[in-house]
Amino acid sequence: MNAMFKHARYVLQENPLTLFAFGLFFFLVLLAAFGQVLAPYDPLASDTAVALQAPSLAHWFGTDQLGRDILSRVMTATRLDFAIALSAVALSFIIGSVLGCGAGFFGGGFERAVGRTADTIMAFPLFVLAMGIVAALGNSVANIVLATAVINLPFYIRVARTEASVLRNAEFIEAARLAGGGNARILALHIYPNILPPMMVQISLNMGWAILNAAGLSFIGLGVRPPTPEWGIMVAEGASYIITGEWWIALFPGAALMLAVFCFNLLGDGLRDLIDPRRRT
Amino acid sequence: MRINSIAAALIASTLSAFFYPAAAPADARQETLLIVNELGPNSLDIHGVGANRPAYGVAWNCYDRLMTYGKLTLPGGSASYDYNKLEPELAESWQVAPDGLSATFKLRKDARFHDGAPVTAKDVKWSLDRALAMGGFPAFQMKAGSLEKPEQFVVLDEHTVRIDFPRKDKMTMPDLAVPVPSIYNSELAKKNATPDDPWAANWLKNNCAGGGAYKVTSWKPGQEIVFERYDGWKSGPLPKMKRIIVRDVPSAGNRRALLERGDADMSYDVPPKDAQELAKAGSKVNIVSQPVENATWYVGMNVVNPPFNNPKVRQAVAYAIPYDKIMDSAFYGRAVKLYGATSNEPASAVWPQPFAYRTDVAKAKALMKEAGMENGFETTLSFDLGQATISEPTAILLQEALAQIGIKTTINKIPGANWRSALLKKDMPLIINRFSGWLNYPEYFFYWTYHGQNAVFNTMSYQNPALDKFIDAARLDTDAKKYAADVKGFIALAAQDVPRVPIAQPYLDVAMQKNISGYTYWFHLQPDYRQLEKK
Amino acid sequence: MARKPVWGTIFRRLLGALPSLAGVVVVTFILTRALPGDPAAFFAGAAATPEAVEEVRKQLGLDKNLAQQFLRYLSELAHGDLGQSLTTGQPVSTELVNRLPASLELTLFGLLLAAVVAIPLGVLAATRRDSWIDHVSRLITTAGVSLPVFFTGLLLIYIFYFKLGWAPSPMGRLDPYASAPATVTGFFIIDSLLARDLGLLTASLKQLLLPAITMAIFVMAPLARMTRAAMLTALSSDYTRTTRAMGLSRYTVVYRYALRNALLPVVTTLGMVFSFMLGANVLVEKVFSWPGIGAYAIEALVASDYAPVQGFVLTMAILYVLLNLVIDVLYSIIDPRMAAQ
Repeated sequence: MNAMFKHARYVLQENPLTLFAFGLFFFLVLLAAFGQVLAPYDPLASDTAVALQAPSLAHWFGTDQLGRDILSRVMTATRLDFAIALSAVALSFIIGSVLGCGAGFFGGGFERAVGRTADTIMAFPLFVLAMGIVAALGNSVANIVLATAVINLPFYIRVARTEASVLRNAEFIEAARLAGGGNARILALHIYPNILPPMMVQISLNMGWAILNAAGLSFIGLGVRPPTPEWGIMVAEGASYIITGEWWIALFPGAALMLAVFCFNLLGDGLRDLIDPRRRT
Repeated sequence: MRINSIAAALIASTLSAFFYPAAAPADARQETLLIVNELGPNSLDIHGVGANRPAYGVAWNCYDRLMTYGKLTLPGGSASYDYNKLEPELAESWQVAPDGLSATFKLRKDARFHDGAPVTAKDVKWSLDRALAMGGFPAFQMKAGSLEKPEQFVVLDEHTVRIDFPRKDKMTMPDLAVPVPSIYNSELAKKNATPDDPWAANWLKNNCAGGGAYKVTSWKPGQEIVFERYDGWKSGPLPKMKRIIVRDVPSAGNRRALLERGDADMSYDVPPKDAQELAKAGSKVNIVSQPVENATWYVGMNVVNPPFNNPKVRQAVAYAIPYDKIMDSAFYGRAVKLYGATSNEPASAVWPQPFAYRTDVAKAKALMKEAGMENGFETTLSFDLGQATISEPTAILLQEALAQIGIKTTINKIPGANWRSALLKKDMPLIINRFSGWLNYPEYFFYWTYHGQNAVFNTMSYQNPALDKFIDAARLDTDAKKYAADVKGFIALAAQDVPRVPIAQPYLDVAMQKNISGYTYWFHLQPDYRQLEKK
Repeated sequence: MARKPVWGTIFRRLLGALPSLAGVVVVTFILTRALPGDPAAFFAGAAATPEAVEEVRKQLGLDKNLAQQFLRYLSELAHGDLGQSLTTGQPVSTELVNRLPASLELTLFGLLLAAVVAIPLGVLAATRRDSWIDHVSRLITTAGVSLPVFFTGLLLIYIFYFKLGWAPSPMGRLDPYASAPATVTGFFIIDSLLARDLGLLTASLKQLLLPAITMAIFVMAPLARMTRAAMLTALSSDYTRTTRAMGLSRYTVVYRYALRNALLPVVTTLGMVFSFMLGANVLVEKVFSWPGIGAYAIEALVASDYAPVQGFVLTMAILYVLLNLVIDVLYSIIDPRMAAQ
């Protein structure tokens, strides 16, 4: 354990960006937890008298078309965006890791079937598949989560399958089997816990991707319902104001979006260094 | 370091291609008009299944009708069509029979289609027959003017056609000058017809067989359509512009940038915010605005189901709507207010006109209480995603305002494709929508939107025999006084019962460079290239 | 001798891809039928009565049950008929063929830009591992991949077109006053070169630059990352150590030996990135009014227009399979050890 901490400290020292990412992550989590309470204004309250105002002391990030305070909206949106990304990634992680783990461990027909499913999903243009799912099932947060989970699924299946098929022949598994462990027991106690570290990296990278994906869906009009604040929708709405010089409407939620995705991407890299220094890229 | 400098050099050389200004022959630009619109035509045939609005514009410029409308100058100085005046187009003259039950049209002898074939009475009959036979929208539009059966169109000789009227309908003659009864080159079309497709629908979708002032030289659906002037056009003065390029630019921001930078000459139906800002003094671009005739934006309530079956609840909504906020933040003032009149008894027989509602939350709350709804209720507020520019801010403001009187709403954006079928189902409790009628008659508007026949545009499923009686009477009235009384009658009932609350009559805002002149407003809201000029 | 196994590989791979393709066909069919909205109501026109809608439904063959519709779709597919788009009124296959070059040209050019920046960046980062260059490179590329493409696109338009006036108007592949070169490949750059029209070449390059940069920014990260990793592996491998021990200059070691060996995985990444971009460019095409297949698919999806969506997805799936095949074959040709596996 001590060695682990030492290694972590070493990695963080060597890589200031990872330290920065951890700090950023902590900040964003705080924002998701308390953003709603800390927001200076009601994120839904319109005030057309102050519509489209540039950033000022009263409104640090300016106001939008309906005079809503953008800072408050950006802060409040953190929770929803995190929730979407987290639940989508959790969903695809759970399903993908179980399927992939089983496929790698048992091999044979089950492995082929799971592999084919992953291949079929991968053969789709992924963003278009997500669009299709949301368009077909309807605009709702649940469907955005589902669509994002589906398009991420193959990545988890593949990672889990590879890891599990390597572990299958590992000596300690052999030992567990000789000790009389059944397949289910071996899978649950020995294989599954051991594929978690490499999956963590995938999760972190995917969180960023999930947020971007939801934003892209919003941009086409397949996102969260108004007036709920969500970064992607806010950028999409603000996009038409960029040309007319009201840059703040899109810029601040866009910056928040970027910062969050950026944070997850850096974190993914950092985690990779921590967990598996050899594979560092 | 060397790789670095190679990369830098590569980037620089690519970028340098970027810095030269675009060059195009100056005279080509002078004779060409570049228009950027949100959406292009999906067919060159207005009779075709699913032809969209820009396709009406193609029909208008590439085909001729028997007659067209006159023009007038509006008080603001801009030009508009004159719906009281019909003028010759392919027909050089016509005569309505003394009994008022037919009209005889004399065709221009020198008129030729784009391929050089002369325009004959046969072509007129074939085209009008086709408008009926193709069904759907064109047949419906013909029927709106009592043009119902092919037997009504009679060829008298090569250049004479008689059209019989089953009844005296004041819409018949005007209906012959809308884009639908365009005259097709029947011989050319028949050559491209098949036994399965006797009206050549497949061929005409992609080819223009007309004799109008412009020919289609290239059409890339979803991208661009290019028109070229037909120099043999005889139905009016030869247009000034030789070439018209219409590009689809879906992003409103890009369209605005193109206009402001002088790269595009014109853009149709500019979003209100851009129109408001471009119309300001010092702008490089001209904005010509016109309230769209017979059009309203409204909040509609489904009167079949509770709670909106209660007129008190509907009136409460009408008093809760934050009209001025919507006017400022959704319409940017680019619309005529349809609220705040002194009385719900109309003073004149015109439509649209304001109702006597205004934002008064106390009154709205009182009405909710009278209706036994002081605890409020929950409902869904829907609108068409395709109209989000105006509908979405309106919906958010409305949602906020309704919450004050206890009505909790969930906003439902419905994609354009689904909107039609959602309207057909008639099960949305509360909507924000827009309707406009081509023919500028109040009874025409009310026939589609309030009449008990319950057409798809009667989005509230409102049925009231008393109101129907006024509408039916107004359609047939010949006495001006009686007509005015009937029109006022149905407007008063609509205001009192408020199944739909009018908010505003929108403007059609057209942006153009300062060197463009000759723009004329048309009821079909599509550009007419024939009058445009570039200096 | 190398010939035969390559053909065998191709055949096996194609056969192996068939089940995925079949899956794509079935899933797309079901998904498009589940789209809300009723094309019949959409196309029956503004004032349609329910009867008129039924009539159109029959006309479109939508009154049949799903299985019958699917069989009909399959038999049409077998004849190479992808159906007709209702929104543009054109056969889907023609439109896809017309629009595919636009998408491919944009994607390839974007990829080229990304590679030109990202590969040197990756090499630098590897040779100066953990230096500030390494961190800055990681920072920049990660920032790029963190930006939503539509946002980058709009920002670039605002700055380079609207504010500075350097870039041409974001109106598709060519200045509206210019006419397209005679179609040979459908790639405007190549076609204008073939036509020896320099003006047209610069014109189309200019139109291409902003959307291509938008895409390049987004995909620089995986390329730079992979180059760095491959370089690190190559630099620490035995033969590099040997060459270094032989006293060759650092430059020769890095660029002549290590880079060459590192290129193999980079090529694979290029292929993956390419297929990813081809799918991701729907948003870029929308922002730049680019007449590619992505923009076409989005519009069709919103209009519940089945045929183009199905055609688009199928085309993409086939492209994806072919691309992977090409990469595999290239790999086995470049590196004989792979063919043996």
